[in-house]
Amino acid sequence: MRRLVFQRGRHASVALAAMLFLAPVLASAVDDPSEMLPDPKQEARAEAIGSQLRCLVCQNESIEDSSAGLARDLRKVVREHVAKGESQQQVIAWMVSRYGDFIRLSPPVTVATLLLWGMPALALLAGIVGAVVIFRKKPQAAPLTDEERARLEELSRER
Amino acid sequence: MSAEGPSLGRRRVMMALPLAGAGVVGAAFWSMLSGMQKGSFNPHDINAPSAGRPVPDFTVTDQTPGVGFSSHDLQAITAPVLINFFASWCIPCIAEMPQLLKLRDRLPIWGIAYKDKPDNAAGFLRHAGNPYARIGSDFEGRVAIDWGVSGVPESFLIAPGGKIVWHGAAGLNNDEVQNALDAALGQAKR
Repeated sequence: MRRLVFQRGRHASVALAAMLFLAPVLASAVDDPSEMLPDPKQEARAEAIGSQLRCLVCQNESIEDSSAGLARDLRKVVREHVAKGESQQQVIAWMVSRYGDFIRLSPPVTVATLLLWGMPALALLAGIVGAVVIFRKKPQAAPLTDEERARLEELSRER
Repeated sequence: MSAEGPSLGRRRVMMALPLAGAGVVGAAFWSMLSGMQKGSFNPHDINAPSAGRPVPDFTVTDQTPGVGFSSHDLQAITAPVLINFFASWCIPCIAEMPQLLKLRDRLPIWGIAYKDKPDNAAGFLRHAGNPYARIGSDFEGRVAIDWGVSGVPESFLIAPGGKIVWHGAAGLNNDEVQNALDAALGQAKR
């Protein structure tokens, strides 16, 4: 990806080592434990907020998962705002005002994303309608011919 | 329904529906992929919403060989200014430099060194040339966040009064970016 990739490489080996040793201890991939807030409750809130924000460098990762320099800076910002007592909504609004909706890993419900958000319900509805149509109109077997009826009688007698 | 199962017309509809669905999905993918090829659609675009807004509150300290500046300086400009975030460690910034050196004859360019050691930034400008009328340092990278910068190089065209009229999130050595800047500059000067 464009540009900040250079910064990433430098931290890749450190991040890998940190993950190997700290993965069982730390829930998130924060590079440096000194980044974490001293209050575990606030830290948990910061992690919950950060995991909803896209790292704009490695775009399919959240800022909590990414070791890019920008992600680290944004984690720091999130923690500062959480320490000030801001709500999740406030922190995300602060980010969106700078980077737009793209920074949210789950897009907000707007006219443009209505179809996206409505798709599971629509798909379920389509499935139910399809199933009802198919099961209600089960094709009935054709009536037996005289020959078949005679054969059936023969077979029943043998029993 | 007749005893023989669905009528012929109905069967045709049931055959055609999945095909039509697949066709619509295929057409959507085709338009996305061709847009990506032509450059009109980029799923990685961040589209930071800074254009049309006033510049954020900020101050950047002096970066050798220039003088830093703040939002107040940009609010006081009387002709368009280009703000350019750069770094000595950024290869696309090196590629962009010849374009900036040409552009400096058309309008003043104010540079902000992003997450760069002051010595490295100064050395870079000594070797590559210095297109900047003023230069500030954003060593912590916090000013860049307020501008909605996600990497370097990025440029912003500021109209008199301190309004951001254009934001380019790529090097200016790209023709499309350069054309977009030219168009924005034409409007800002009017």
